[in-house]
Amino acid sequence: MEINLLAGSSPHLKSGESTQKIMRDVIIALLPAAISSVYFFKVKAAMLIIVTVIACVTAEYAWCRITKKENTISDMSAAVTGILLAFNLSPSVPIWVAAIGGVFAIIIVKQLFGGLGHNFVNPALAARAFMMASWPVQMTAWQKPGWDAVSSATPLGIIKNGGGISGQMPEFWDMFLGNIGGTIGETSALAILAGAAYLVIRKVITLELPIAFIGTVGFMTWMLGGEAMFTGDFVYHIFAGGLMLGAFFMATDYTTSPVTFKGRIIMGIGCGLLTSVIRLYGGYPEGVSYSILLMNLVVPMIDRFLIPRSFGGGAVKNA
Amino acid sequence: MKLFKIFKNGIIDENPTFRLVLGTCPTLAITTSAINGIGMGLATTAVLIGSNVVISLLRKFIPGKVRMPAFVTVIAGFVTIVQMLLKAYVPSLDKALGIYIPLIVVNCIIMARAESFASKYPVLDSAVDGLGMGVGFTLAITALGAVREILGNGSIFGQYLFGESASPALAMILPPGGFLVYGLAIGLVNLLTKRQVLAAGCGAKDAGCEGCGGQCGLQTAEKEGQS
Repeated sequence: MEINLLAGSSPHLKSGESTQKIMRDVIIALLPAAISSVYFFKVKAAMLIIVTVIACVTAEYAWCRITKKENTISDMSAAVTGILLAFNLSPSVPIWVAAIGGVFAIIIVKQLFGGLGHNFVNPALAARAFMMASWPVQMTAWQKPGWDAVSSATPLGIIKNGGGISGQMPEFWDMFLGNIGGTIGETSALAILAGAAYLVIRKVITLELPIAFIGTVGFMTWMLGGEAMFTGDFVYHIFAGGLMLGAFFMATDYTTSPVTFKGRIIMGIGCGLLTSVIRLYGGYPEGVSYSILLMNLVVPMIDRFLIPRSFGGGAVKNA
Repeated sequence: MKLFKIFKNGIIDENPTFRLVLGTCPTLAITTSAINGIGMGLATTAVLIGSNVVISLLRKFIPGKVRMPAFVTVIAGFVTIVQMLLKAYVPSLDKALGIYIPLIVVNCIIMARAESFASKYPVLDSAVDGLGMGVGFTLAITALGAVREILGNGSIFGQYLFGESASPALAMILPPGGFLVYGLAIGLVNLLTKRQVLAAGCGAKDAGCEGCGGQCGLQTAEKEGQS
């Protein structure tokens, strides 16, 4: 496709940013969580990450070759999708399922809609939703951390089944460090926060969306999660499940989040409301991935109604 | 020769599923297996031929202002016959297709053929048009059903391909799989016809791009260049 780029009159501002640099920062930020996942889930986690990354990068390379497009694997976005997808999987997911998920994320969700920057939902999350619908048993067979495949429930699963009082619930510190059942990348809040801090310092992401997201979930679960109003254990809800991973690494995806500050706040609150509703009243114990996918779909609408006023210009008419 | 052209038109050039994108509701809903596709396709074909013949016979008798109610009455009559026959002789298929058999009444393929073909052409042409469209619809939804059944259930016409213990992608026989396979199939058909048009060269230069369904992409490219 031909791109008509027009240079305006000076002064010009040159930015050192490139897709490659941003993606490299994201990969560095994902490293702590990757290390913790391998520490807690051992070789199973390492295998999943390697397989999904290989599947995603190979799919991207094959697609570019077949459609005779410029090869885009060097921008590393496919590798990021692969890592994020692996982080969303239970350690008991078979290798071939993970590989199919990776190919689905790149070919169906990303490339068929036009490649990087044109996908309408987050590829890793859409692939996870597809895998949840296709292989529900394998995708929700949770394990305890460690070498052996000891089945265990996730903290949110325990809450969902109403057994959330005595002994069953993991300690807060186990949950903060990641020594609990769950998808390989979501369990350790500490590692994710460390990665997120790096992204914020490098100015790759801004904080308003994650804060609005996590804050809304905290408020909603505090208000409605307990026996009476305002008695819910919101700290537990914030650190359990995929909320941290989703809020910092998935919802903030450039392509599928609003471009304005106000828009990002709206998306964060929307994600938080949907997540809380699914967790407290829905059929699934966890709702982060579906809430982000649903909010991804309304991002174009959010952007359309929040066009910023141009400097010195009048009110913007909606096109 | 002319009859053959009318027949071929329904299967390839104006395939109701892939080119006209009509009747998407039954297409998405019942293509969970190949046998469902055949059953639905044949039931629709029977109604289509019957309604086309009768509407063609009555085309000079039906007043233009009330033609839609008249068409629907004729179609509903044939659908009732088909439904009773299915209930009597293949109850299992009737159960699998469920509400979508009575819904053939409002199937837009049948309405479209009644409106644009049967009400204008003689009986034999209309019957052949109904047969062509019906066969085109049957082939298309059987193909979609086969793909979804293989990917989502690991079987074809009920025969398991990879053993019953294999775990195929269940999503493909759930609603999202319907949209996925249908969308990909339309994309593939467009891609193939685009190649065909590009290889044959543009034959619609005099008529202009608007009159050509070839989808070569030249027209949109020109428009983008101008703007």
